[in-house]
Amino acid sequence: MPMLNLLVLVCLLYVALLFVVAFAADRAALRGQGTWLRSPIVYTLSLSIYCTAWTFYGAVGFAARSGLEFVTIYLGPTLVMLGWWWVLRKMVRVGRSQRITSIADLISSRYGKSNSLAVFVTLLAVVGTTPYIALQLQSVTLSLAAFAETGPATMPGVSHQPTALWLAVGLVIFTILFGTRNLDANERHHGVVMAIALEAVVKLFALLAVGVFVVWGLAGGVSQTLARIDASEIAEWNVSGSRWIGLTALSAAAFLCLPRMFQVMVVENENEDHLRTAAWAFPAYLMLMSLFVVPIAAVGLDLLPESTNPDLFVLNLPLSQGQEGLAILSFLGGFSSATSMVIVAAIALSTMVSNHVVMPIWLNMTGGSAVMSGDVRHVALLARRLSIAGIVLLGYFYFRISGGGTALAKIGLVSFAGVAQFLPALIGGLFWRGATRTGAMAGLFIGSLVWFYSLFLPSFGASTVLSDAIMADGLFGLGWLRPQALFGSEGMDPLVHAVMWSMLLNTGGFILFSLFSFPTPIERLQGAQFVNVYEHSPTTGGWTGGLAQTEDLLIMAQRIMGGSQAQTFFARAAERQGIGGYLPEPSPDFLQELERELSGSVGAAAAHAMVGQIVGGASVSVEDLMAVADETAQMMEYSSKLEAKSAELTRTARQLREANEKLTQLSHQKDAFLSQVSHELRTPMTSIRAFSEILRDGNALKPAESNKYASVIHDEAIRLTRLLDDLLDLSVLENGQVSLNVQSGALVDLLDRAVAAAGGSAEDLNIRRSRAEENILLSTDLDRLAQVFINLITNARKYCDAAKPSLTIDARVSGETLLVDFIDNGRGIPTDKQSVIFEKFSRLGETKAGGAGLGLAICREIMARLGGQVTYLPGQGGSAFRVSLPLSQRLAAQ
Amino acid sequence: MSVDPKPGPGPVFVERRTYRHRRLIDAARMLPVLGVALVCLPLLWISDTGTPTPTTYAMIYFFGLWVALVVAAALLTRHLRDDAATPQDGDRSGDPPGGS
Repeated sequence: MPMLNLLVLVCLLYVALLFVVAFAADRAALRGQGTWLRSPIVYTLSLSIYCTAWTFYGAVGFAARSGLEFVTIYLGPTLVMLGWWWVLRKMVRVGRSQRITSIADLISSRYGKSNSLAVFVTLLAVVGTTPYIALQLQSVTLSLAAFAETGPATMPGVSHQPTALWLAVGLVIFTILFGTRNLDANERHHGVVMAIALEAVVKLFALLAVGVFVVWGLAGGVSQTLARIDASEIAEWNVSGSRWIGLTALSAAAFLCLPRMFQVMVVENENEDHLRTAAWAFPAYLMLMSLFVVPIAAVGLDLLPESTNPDLFVLNLPLSQGQEGLAILSFLGGFSSATSMVIVAAIALSTMVSNHVVMPIWLNMTGGSAVMSGDVRHVALLARRLSIAGIVLLGYFYFRISGGGTALAKIGLVSFAGVAQFLPALIGGLFWRGATRTGAMAGLFIGSLVWFYSLFLPSFGASTVLSDAIMADGLFGLGWLRPQALFGSEGMDPLVHAVMWSMLLNTGGFILFSLFSFPTPIERLQGAQFVNVYEHSPTTGGWTGGLAQTEDLLIMAQRIMGGSQAQTFFARAAERQGIGGYLPEPSPDFLQELERELSGSVGAAAAHAMVGQIVGGASVSVEDLMAVADETAQMMEYSSKLEAKSAELTRTARQLREANEKLTQLSHQKDAFLSQVSHELRTPMTSIRAFSEILRDGNALKPAESNKYASVIHDEAIRLTRLLDDLLDLSVLENGQVSLNVQSGALVDLLDRAVAAAGGSAEDLNIRRSRAEENILLSTDLDRLAQVFINLITNARKYCDAAKPSLTIDARVSGETLLVDFIDNGRGIPTDKQSVIFEKFSRLGETKAGGAGLGLAICREIMARLGGQVTYLPGQGGSAFRVSLPLSQRLAAQ
Repeated sequence: MSVDPKPGPGPVFVERRTYRHRRLIDAARMLPVLGVALVCLPLLWISDTGTPTPTTYAMIYFFGLWVALVVAAALLTRHLRDDAATPQDGDRSGDPPGGS
């Protein structure tokens, strides 16, 4: 069997090439070279893992069975890519800004970083993907068997199982080597992506080559090919509308939700801008992949014997025509499709399993803090590697158990329907802020349950898992629980039936439970960050460094990344900052870079938590934010209290200052008064002493002289007495010991008396009155009131400094109050003095007439006793005093 | 589905260039809707005519549609890219976040 040997050799060489390409790409990426590694074309080609062996072989089989219907599987993703502006752009932006590592991570992050949700998604993804991996193994073994059959010596020894096992082992080795080579930042695997891109080219080239061979080599041109299609079994396009729409929608949903698609589309995405290219280039790729499917199917149906498996037409057509080179190319195409899918699916699933299942359990079991526990890197790597091996081997066992009998396309669709259950939670999470964890959980649970019961279990074939009785009569004999006729919906296509019910109930449950549950604060915060991702900064909230202990960070990083790698990383960062040694400043940039580096190893959430533990208070969890908000509110309250207090203090201080000013002024006045009083007392005392000495010693005085001197002494004594009387009067008034002598009289008489007592209207003071208006009857202590009037008139006489002094006395009644104004034509009293003129001992500077400064103080006290008041009336052109007295006789106390 | 949320009500009148760019985004948004409609359109052929449609007809229709959609998407995204490079782009920050 030289053919088979040649095939194995070519296959091994091809695998070696893949290893070399992956290795070179990893090396180039490590050295920072090779920007072509990050070109949009590579991104687009890596998306082609959508086209698995199921596409490569299965699409033709699909077409041979049901005609053009197979294009729905590629039209769905085409429409999704065309609508990149709606969904993919947002998904990629969210993935980048939230450092998402898998679809489970995305859903759990959106719904409050719920790990239970992540575990559920992971489990469902594993259940949904395992048959798909089995499918890939099956396709490779089948294609290998096809070669073996055509060989001259049909070897019965080439059984399927060893081939599948060797393939599985080989894939595990490749995936572990390149998928977990370095726990790279952002979960990017340049080597793997490059190998996938190469495989994408190979499978497209192979399928196109077979297509060209079939159309121009076998059929003899385009028109003949079309004629052959028209003559074949699949000449008629009779498709059911529900299946057409259902399959298109299902493939579109799966394209978004498949873990491996998420891995290449979002996680491995280098640059959001690559989507622009992929938006048209990937549909073009899908179109080219589908272009020759129907011709190959038609020609295969025509040329190959009935017994040939239509899934292998791509391989059998060249083989039957003796085109061995083309057959080998075709085999490599199928091999590429199968291996690339298994590799990426294993990486994606192992990330989910290790980050959401193994690491949380391990961290929980070791119990301690992230820093103090052992070699996290070792554990993370081991978990990832074991997961890869576990997942691929799970696929192998599924393949062994299922026996590889069912048609390829069927398993693919079952798998699609399984992962499509993520769609409501995913889309709802991206576009609806009201979506909650409870809703997502409920929708996922209901949807996956329906899928499991109505599609997954029956897919094993009748009476394997579900008995015939259940299939025919429903669970527990309940007719409405028949797996393929739920709620009495009979006669539907089983796939469409399952997809419809699962998605309907999933979405319904999701919306209903979201509406009636209340999200936690973290969910609401994350919801806002996801739905309004364009408003938020491209990267999520960073660390505010400065508090972090770089040495602690280094210790932790060494545990996770490995000693030398961590030291290199730190040294490079330090060098960038212009510092020698291994300890850079813990700047926010550095911390973010470190966290990203760590997130590749232990997942974003764990890395964030670990850095947060060391950076301490500077980490920003929602709880912290809420605590800060509380504190801020308290501080604001406190601050406003302080402000109120401060304002009060300012007010008090101003009052104190005013009082102090007044006191100081009063003190000055008192000083001035004391010297004035001393002076006032001293002057009469001096003359009294002098004249009394003259009288004592002057024996030769004439009677007239001694009489004169005696009268001087008398006058001076009277002056002294008056002064002392005033002081006494004031003191009595102030102490409230005055007794009032209430009489009735007319104001006009009172004023007459006062003017006369004060010296009358004379040359030195012209007093103007309107006597007609003064005819007001009063009932008060008239003597005291007269004293006030006399004082005011005397003051005007004494202090008015006009050339022709005049005083206007104006009396009127306002309401129940008598108002008497005394207005002279002098300079008036300066504003700053107006407040003190009624104080005791107050005198305005050095005026022409000396006085003790008690008059106005006495007036004020008298008026207060009489129940009225005397005030200064500003703005009258001179000094103006207003005496106001209530007419209804209500005297103040006593 | 919400349009890109903008902080506060934006200006009513924008520059011609920005206006053009926004309509291009509208076109990019509408393209998949058009695609869905055209993909489902042939289903009407079945119900209308009693005779089934030949596969070749359907093939020509679908692959023609596919090519047309690819070309339309390529043209749209190319213009979007050109415009996104200008600082006038108010809709998105154009510059991708600098990851390692």
